[in-house]
Amino acid sequence: MKILVCISNVPDTTSKITFTNNNSEFNTAGVQYIINPYDEIALARAIELTDAGTSGTVTVITVGDASTEATIRKALAIGANDAVRVDALPSDAWFVANQIAAYAKKNNFDLILTGRESIDYNGAQVGAMVAELLGLPSVSIAKGLAIEGNQARIEREIEGGKEVVSATLPLVVGTAEGVAEPKIPNMRGIMAARTKPLSVVQPIAVQPLTKINNYSTPPARGKVKLVDENSINELVNLLHSEAKVI
Amino acid sequence: MSVLVYIENTDGQLKKSAFEVATYGKDIATQLNTEAIALSIGDISTDELSKLGAYGISKVYHVTNDDLKTFVNQAYASIVAAAAKQENASVVVLSNTFSGKGLAPRLATKLEAGIVSGAISLPTINGNTFEVQKTAFSNKAIATVVVDSAVKVITINPNSYTVKEVGGSAAVENFTAPVQSSDFSTVVKDIVRATDKISLPEAEIVVSAGRGMKGPENWAMIEELAEVLGAATACSKPVSDAGWRPHSEHVGQTGIVVSPNLYIAIGISGAIQHLAGVSSSKTIVVINKDPEAPFFKVADYGIVGDAFTIVPKLIEALKAHKGN
Repeated sequence: MKILVCISNVPDTTSKITFTNNNSEFNTAGVQYIINPYDEIALARAIELTDAGTSGTVTVITVGDASTEATIRKALAIGANDAVRVDALPSDAWFVANQIAAYAKKNNFDLILTGRESIDYNGAQVGAMVAELLGLPSVSIAKGLAIEGNQARIEREIEGGKEVVSATLPLVVGTAEGVAEPKIPNMRGIMAARTKPLSVVQPIAVQPLTKINNYSTPPARGKVKLVDENSINELVNLLHSEAKVI
Repeated sequence: MSVLVYIENTDGQLKKSAFEVATYGKDIATQLNTEAIALSIGDISTDELSKLGAYGISKVYHVTNDDLKTFVNQAYASIVAAAAKQENASVVVLSNTFSGKGLAPRLATKLEAGIVSGAISLPTINGNTFEVQKTAFSNKAIATVVVDSAVKVITINPNSYTVKEVGGSAAVENFTAPVQSSDFSTVVKDIVRATDKISLPEAEIVVSAGRGMKGPENWAMIEELAEVLGAATACSKPVSDAGWRPHSEHVGQTGIVVSPNLYIAIGISGAIQHLAGVSSSKTIVVINKDPEAPFFKVADYGIVGDAFTIVPKLIEALKAHKGN
């Protein structure tokens, strides 16, 4: 089985988020980058499904400049067989999805995995767009993914429960918690990652459809009002009369 | 020109998120000086759909057959795209639900539309250019997205837009579904829904608890508090990782992101990953015995003390309040 895992290079979850250039750009100074946590779940499941690359191959792809290569090497250290970097800035989901679809079209993957969303722009768009561009089925928020032969059985999150969905490969799945536990690279993996193939491909010509022109910080909450643990009624009154939520 | 609103239903019922997207679509239509038309797929009665008229929808298209009773994102996307083309829609509005996330990007691709998912307010419209605000960096920032494609797709988070009744009525008409067999590429085998529980992503009140509860056997008081409030229950990541509660209750950066009117956090310290999932809640109450817990910094109200004595007292106080 040939699996493509789409990796997004995102600021570490504990990063301080600030902006520069008159709040029009994300300030990358001092920011540590990681594999998007949901993509790590996708990668871990891909490695499981190919018995650590022995019954298939796991290729990771990312759209980004050379600075993303540390993140790509981490994916290789975790256990991907090879990697592809599309040499372009990931301007929007439409641009990224078209790059991935163009690469996937030439390479016939059985399964394309993405994380359910990236933790920077939280769009949850790329996976389903890739599927639509390739005319493949997709499931966007998977909590479980099993493959038998060319049949996939996916548990999909729905409001207040789950849906069990079946589909025939090839298929695109967006993975969430529950699909697999992220894997931590070991020393052997880290050494092996240095020599695994990482090819750089040129982007196809696509115009992005959206652009972010400004960032702001959500309004800060006022200082917390502390209520004494012996005057619980006061809290109930505040929630009723002041916050008007009960 | 028109604004098309895609309406989800659950077991034939319209939920609050349906009225939210109807209101949002109507408000955009008003700005564009046009009408808001709705489309619903699957089994739902004409009476139920006609309720959308009160929220400013002028016409509701309905399509169903045996194949469309369950959600198939490819087929649904074909239908919504066909309706958008027929009605010459310049904007399509959907709810950013689990199904919405599967449908909207496919739809946007079909229409070559710029898409903004998780919009938090109405767009600022200047000719063909929309500026739409959405949360980014897991609620740590708000991004203003510029879209100037001919068609725009916008999804809004449940609980993020105030429903407005404006009066009026909507005619419900059948829509012919232009789907091919290849659109039915996924098959729903089973749906498991806990019908007695309130769905977490849509809940207006959420009662959430963390490691401070010491063990799964102590969750009865959390569930009782949730019941008194008509709330959904949630938990922190360590709690679901330890198997005390199901993953579906995990709220945070890698779990479910919620924006209820009231979020009550009990025995949760407030790690940055947890806060990313709850910080857009309108009101946050924190109960923690550690006065230094970071959660107090983003809370509106707080009680420093032992959850095991405070929660039962809170339940009693809320019961008394309801009785009045």
